[in-house]
Amino acid sequence: MMNGRAQMNIVIVGHVDHGKSTVIGRLLADTGSLPEGRLESVKESCRRNSKPFEYAFLLDALKDEQAQGITIDMARCFFNTAARDYIIIDAPGHIEFLKNMITGASRAEAALLVIDADEGIQENSKRHGHMVSMLGVKQVTVLVNKMDLVGYREEVFEKLKADYSAFLSQIKVTPVSFIPISAREGDNITVLTDRMAWYRGASVLEQLDRFSGDKELHDKLFRFPVQDIYKFTRSNDDRRIVAGTVESGSVQVGDEVLFLPSAKRSAIQSVESFNTSQKLQATAGEATGFTLTTQIYIRPGELMVKPSETLPEVGTRFKVNIFWVGRASFIRGKEYKLKLGSMRVAVKLAEITNTLDASDLSFSSTKQQLDCRDVGECILETSRPIAFDLAFISETTGRFVIVDNYEIAGGGIVLENLSTGETLLQRHIRERENNWEKGLVQSEARAVANRHRSKFIIFTGAVGTGKRAVAKALEERLFASRLNAYYLGVANIDRGLDADLASYVDNGGERLRRIGELARILTDAGLIFITTIDDADDFDLETLKQLNEPNDILVINMGENNFSRYHPDFHLPVGGEVADAVKQVTEVLKTKEIIIEYEI
Amino acid sequence: MDHLDKLEAQSVYILREAYREFKNLCMLWSIGKDSTVMLWLARKAFFGHVPIPLVHIDTHYKIPEMIEYRDRFALEWNLNMIYGENREALEGKLTFPDGNTDRITCCKYLKSEALKHTLSGEWPRYRMDHELKRYVPDEGREPYTGVIVGVRADEEGSRSKERYFSPRDKDNVWDVGDQPPEFWNQFKTDFSPGTHVRIHPLLDWTELNIWEYIERERIPVVSLYFNQGSGTRYRSLGCYPCTNPVDSAARTLPEIIDELKSGRLSNIAERAGRAQDSEDGGLETLRRDGYM
Repeated sequence: MMNGRAQMNIVIVGHVDHGKSTVIGRLLADTGSLPEGRLESVKESCRRNSKPFEYAFLLDALKDEQAQGITIDMARCFFNTAARDYIIIDAPGHIEFLKNMITGASRAEAALLVIDADEGIQENSKRHGHMVSMLGVKQVTVLVNKMDLVGYREEVFEKLKADYSAFLSQIKVTPVSFIPISAREGDNITVLTDRMAWYRGASVLEQLDRFSGDKELHDKLFRFPVQDIYKFTRSNDDRRIVAGTVESGSVQVGDEVLFLPSAKRSAIQSVESFNTSQKLQATAGEATGFTLTTQIYIRPGELMVKPSETLPEVGTRFKVNIFWVGRASFIRGKEYKLKLGSMRVAVKLAEITNTLDASDLSFSSTKQQLDCRDVGECILETSRPIAFDLAFISETTGRFVIVDNYEIAGGGIVLENLSTGETLLQRHIRERENNWEKGLVQSEARAVANRHRSKFIIFTGAVGTGKRAVAKALEERLFASRLNAYYLGVANIDRGLDADLASYVDNGGERLRRIGELARILTDAGLIFITTIDDADDFDLETLKQLNEPNDILVINMGENNFSRYHPDFHLPVGGEVADAVKQVTEVLKTKEIIIEYEI
Repeated sequence: MDHLDKLEAQSVYILREAYREFKNLCMLWSIGKDSTVMLWLARKAFFGHVPIPLVHIDTHYKIPEMIEYRDRFALEWNLNMIYGENREALEGKLTFPDGNTDRITCCKYLKSEALKHTLSGEWPRYRMDHELKRYVPDEGREPYTGVIVGVRADEEGSRSKERYFSPRDKDNVWDVGDQPPEFWNQFKTDFSPGTHVRIHPLLDWTELNIWEYIERERIPVVSLYFNQGSGTRYRSLGCYPCTNPVDSAARTLPEIIDELKSGRLSNIAERAGRAQDSEDGGLETLRRDGYM
């Protein structure tokens, strides 16, 4: 490696017009980082249009911006000091552009928060301070700008420093430093000037170099969200590679690994890479891939960890802190998509415990939804278990975003796992069964009349294992014996019962619930209800079993057994004769006394 | 990890994220150094394979060496190589070199329009047949919903505003003022029907990083980037009527890197040799309209 220069992302935030772009323009100009002629051409353009030159114009590269006089989106600019390379992210201060500010700040390792000495602390000075801390930016320096407008007086600076420090301490943020500056006049930007001889701290440039670089992630718990599983068989490559980026910690060839939430175990066989020397370990930050010593079935979205270390949380219900930037409010009853690590899962807002107005730090425990720009402590419930960490234990696997109507509408951090409590599903089933209105025909009487008991039969297995052929043949066979069997193709549900479920949401949870509810009704009617589900996992079957209760379920797995907890009632090989498979399944039905020997 | 390792890891993550989330994904390969680095990063991401089709918009005014290079590596690296073109404009000679349009309009016809209609599948696509070793009409006419593009934030102003995952509407229009947020490493991977997403794995790379990486990985690049005795070299590649070489003595990768770091090019804009940028409106007007 030829050049080990460190690189750091810095975000500049603050209220609109407090001078963020001017600070950057100054830094670029005074460190000689501008392309040749840029400064002169902007000055010339100002002269032509008879408006005073401002350093901020250097950044406002887009026409829209110059017209409106505000930074619309974050602009990145690059400069370097003797110590390292910087990417400065100019985050817009205008309140409409909060989501742009978040985008900028979430990538930063340190933040410069600009406050106008003349105008004082404004709404966004507080909001941005709060956001920056929630986004995980630990190093914050406050620049008290426009000191020229207050006569460079020390008491103005000290007063503002005391007030803002008091605010920050409420949200448990301790700034690295406060620097009095005038970006327009160039005071204390690259060097200290005499106009504030009372200030003896670092200039902005010196402060940048003092921020500490790499986050110390190597020594932390090993966390590897499985981004994808690759097998490029068609290109004559038989490696089955578990691909992703190591979020923290490290792992070596030979290490035992555990996948959550599926709870499958294996060990690292090899660390895979292209155009490098052979690797024996992978550490935090590396986008890499592994082969495993055993062929286990896992899906993207699982979290790979080391069983020898502290394990992450697994659950469906947890307390979080969320900031909401969506156009539509965050409401209860609606299904959203949650993205945490590489996991995508349907999620619902279960409860709002309190909301915080970031501008005046007032709490409310009565608000029932989160509106755009609100920050709130909520309880979320996912449609299936996910693996995660509490944010204070492992930052990168403890944060998530929520997608609403194709857009990322909110982001947050996990505070607490509440999964031991009753889930929304359990409560739903309990309430449903308590209120179930029964007819006058007893299920035993129905079974006698039908000459068979009711059953919900699920065929599962990978796509292409021939599940449907067997399921349909089973229905035909039972029907031929005049038994009340009914096969339903799941695609029919998609186009019928589930037609209202918008295709963009990860609505697996709701689709599963509807199949379960349908099974509950059809088995109650005394049917042998047969359907197929591709690649059902432990959680799917557990959920369907619960939804179908108090009636019975029978699971037939075709091909590879990918379950770690659920035990299917019967396994069928792939590629066998359909008639033979039907015969085996009817034998199972007999031994389980669903049908009586002489009836078939 | 040094800064190149970090840039590489982030780009690989973005490429894998795109591959996971978009069914109809393609990567634009301009044959220039940036998208060639991007192609290399795809080989990193997918362990030597490139499971994403590569799309090149052929203006037929590209410097011939670029096309030779494209086809050579398409075969060597087993790429799913596709090209598209604006046949109507070429046949009707509606181009700047034919004297019938200005430079910007020519770019619009031969690149933006060709790109738009090739991505949407409305215009023919040509695919490299690895058996025949030549291009044949492609049967795939599905619109691409995810398009990977090798733009860098440091190239010029409007590119510094991009997101890693940036939505475009039906007409390829980019609404700079209203872009979705990107939190940490979570990007916009959901999109409504009729829209597509541009994916920018190289956004954080600088021109210098690109050359440092080419040297470190020994990535083959077109020789036009080097001074081959004339005292000039190309710094940015495009169509020959509108692309001029810059004065430079750099014959090797270390010399190019040195030139960028400390030499005379360190304060001159990279696209200074691209004539269309200096016309009124320039690149920003082109980009709003779908130019890469």
